Amino acid sequence: MFSASHRLHSDAMSAEENAATYGKCNNPHGHGHNYALEVTVSGPVDASTGMVCNLVDLDDFVQREILERFDHQNLNTLAEFAKAVPTTENLCMVIYDILQRGFHQAHLERVRFEETMMNSFEYAGGKDRIW
Amino acid sequence: MVYLTRKAEFSASHYYHNPEFTPEENRRIFGKCNNPNGHGHNYTLEVTVKGEVDPRSGFVVDLKQLKDILTREVLDAMDHRFLNKEVPEFSTRIPTTENLAIAIWQRLAPKLKAAQLHRVRVYETPDLFVDFYGEA
Repeated sequence: MFSASHRLHSDAMSAEENAATYGKCNNPHGHGHNYALEVTVSGPVDASTGMVCNLVDLDDFVQREILERFDHQNLNTLAEFAKAVPTTENLCMVIYDILQRGFHQAHLERVRFEETMMNSFEYAGGKDRIW
Repeated sequence: MVYLTRKAEFSASHYYHNPEFTPEENRRIFGKCNNPNGHGHNYTLEVTVKGEVDPRSGFVVDLKQLKDILTREVLDAMDHRFLNKEVPEFSTRIPTTENLAIAIWQRLAPKLKAAQLHRVRVYETPDLFVDFYGEA
């Protein structure tokens, strides 16, 4: 879980178009969410440890590479969103990319975000997943 | 391809009864759900759509539009209703949670334009839910 603020605004759109597309999410002062992140990895169970991967290592990676960089930040100010609007769709893809590049102890299957109790987003590297 | 899930809640009553069964069969198969006066649930609906992220907006679908479609097609028709008597699909089908998920899919699928319907999940209680992925 991390808490961050964002503003949905595209420089490619007019002020009217931004307001029509993003509604109250276009508020220039931004707003925030508690983002609940789920990372799903897969792999064979190691015969000696009984584990797919060491959860401590996964926790450490998520803590270091994701939570410490994104928690209590304004997403719009981060390099990842210099050119992309920080929608939760795009956030899913950014986080998937960080895990894909840096965590190699198990196969990354999916990133899922709960932006609010009512909305969630999932990205599986572009795969049309079936579960 | 990104998947987006929107949740909604509604409360409705129903009972299970098949006119082709004898009263004994109805009681045996449907148990206490066969009470003709009905009983109710707080249903939680999760609708998952999928699509490519529009590079301009960063959206798969406009969440406000999705919410409006859910409200219009499902909640306005089913919230605080007796499903057997007030929702046309259940004049001929038993309003089980299975049939409810199918009926909701059939209501939503033709209305979604920008994104494709992936899954309808209906929780009848926190312990029991049904998933429907369409007929394909």
